[in-house]
Amino acid sequence: MRERGIHFVFLCFGVFSVGLVLLISVYLIISGVPAMVQIGPIKFLFGTTWSAATEEFGILPFLLTSVYGAAGALLIGVPIGLFTAMFLAKVAPPRVATLIRTAVELLAGIPSVVYGLVGMMVVVPLVQRAFDLSSGATLLAAIIVLAVMILPYIVNVSENALRAVPREYEEGSLALGATKTETWFRVTMRAARSGVIAAVVQGVGRALGEAMAVIMVAGNVANMPGLFRSVRFLTTAIASDMSYAAYGSLQRQALFSIGLVLFLFILLINALLTRLSGRGDA
Amino acid sequence: MPDIIETHDLNLWYGEQQALYDVNVAIPKNRVTALIGPSGCGKSTFLKTLNRMNDLVEGCRIEGQVCCDGQDIYAPGTDVNQLRKRVGMVFQKANLFPMSVYDNIAYGPRLHGTRDRARLDEIVEKSLRDAAIWDEVSDRLKTNALGLSGGQQQRLCIARALAVEPEILLLDESTSALDPISTSKIEDLIGELKEKYTVIMVTHNMQQAVRISDRTAFFLLGELVEFDRTEDLFSMPKDPKTENYISGRFG
Repeated sequence: MRERGIHFVFLCFGVFSVGLVLLISVYLIISGVPAMVQIGPIKFLFGTTWSAATEEFGILPFLLTSVYGAAGALLIGVPIGLFTAMFLAKVAPPRVATLIRTAVELLAGIPSVVYGLVGMMVVVPLVQRAFDLSSGATLLAAIIVLAVMILPYIVNVSENALRAVPREYEEGSLALGATKTETWFRVTMRAARSGVIAAVVQGVGRALGEAMAVIMVAGNVANMPGLFRSVRFLTTAIASDMSYAAYGSLQRQALFSIGLVLFLFILLINALLTRLSGRGDA
Repeated sequence: MPDIIETHDLNLWYGEQQALYDVNVAIPKNRVTALIGPSGCGKSTFLKTLNRMNDLVEGCRIEGQVCCDGQDIYAPGTDVNQLRKRVGMVFQKANLFPMSVYDNIAYGPRLHGTRDRARLDEIVEKSLRDAAIWDEVSDRLKTNALGLSGGQQQRLCIARALAVEPEILLLDESTSALDPISTSKIEDLIGELKEKYTVIMVTHNMQQAVRISDRTAFFLLGELVEFDRTEDLFSMPKDPKTENYISGRFG
């Protein structure tokens, strides 16, 4: 009897967490769809102007900025992260590895607003000076900050994946006359592929979802994206407009629609990458 | 037949623990040589000195000489990767890479610089034929090698080793994890391989040594006790320790 009671409690908590996810999804759909219908989905998704004054709400600039931002962050973060993970898993002496690992874990624990602050004080002026711009608050600055932010995830997850590769694979390769480096890149990396993709999924999720740090370094102007332009992300569009949007206005509703798009977008990318990793062993 | 491998006073330590004592042996070319002895006698350790896989073991130290075609493979400046290309190895457990059958076999040749597709196709087919597994896998070259049976995987490992055209093939108890049918297929294969290669194999199974080897080396506690023609060693062993072992009195 008592045992059943406890099982029931566990069940309740389980249902509660699933319920929360459902609730969020349903709420996003209910509050996000009306504005999209009113504006017209095509005009909403592919419109290039976002202006409360003229009641034009096109989110293409934000959408593309988020895509470019995440892609740029991956382009920088994944190679650096992979090489770091390879170094930690295969090359580094244990004490050095522990030191670096601790530092990388610390990186994961830094609040995003601190990344934003450091980005503002270091990266933005650096970008401005390096490329002789009027302002360094650009997509490039955001990409650099995002790359650093996703680094700990990439390093951590791929290191675990690389370590999990059976030693026998590497011995097989070495016995065929491969050098250690050839073995790591041709066999170990390949055998760890699904783990590395999982790392990339986490990185994409974080890069797309980040708002605080990028709002501080990207200039937050609704331009179409360009490396040296001030830009606004999907996330920062919501965060920066919410306090101005009148309750019940179309603008406010459109912000919810952005939330829905962001949500679907991350789901889509996760599903896509997960499928890619599932196919990896075929 | 000339000798392809000669060792001179080979001693080996794992840290403080000595694992091989003054091993002197001359292994003939194009013959099958079996290494037998109880567990922990040093036969696998000896095998791994021949392609320097022991280099990977931390704290492993070697004294003496191992000569392959007259050249000391432990001399400074030896290209270990080149050595391992000449001295191939098949392990106790099949260790194919998580890739297609084709990519597994082509791995070695690609590594050593073969890029031409037609040439690779040729090498893959020849290696698979030499390992007597072409008929079984020719229609699934593109499927994942890890989906094959244990016996097939082990023969693919042999094919993968043959693809880099070694002179010597080391087999480290390569049939011990297989069923009798797969084992006999590999034994038949080894008999054919000695036409082109020198085979040196560690085995726990004395009947196997009798069936397929030309020479047998008996190791005990890190020493090479006796080395002779297989039929002589098993029919009239010179050392009483060998006699005790092969008659099943210990081990």
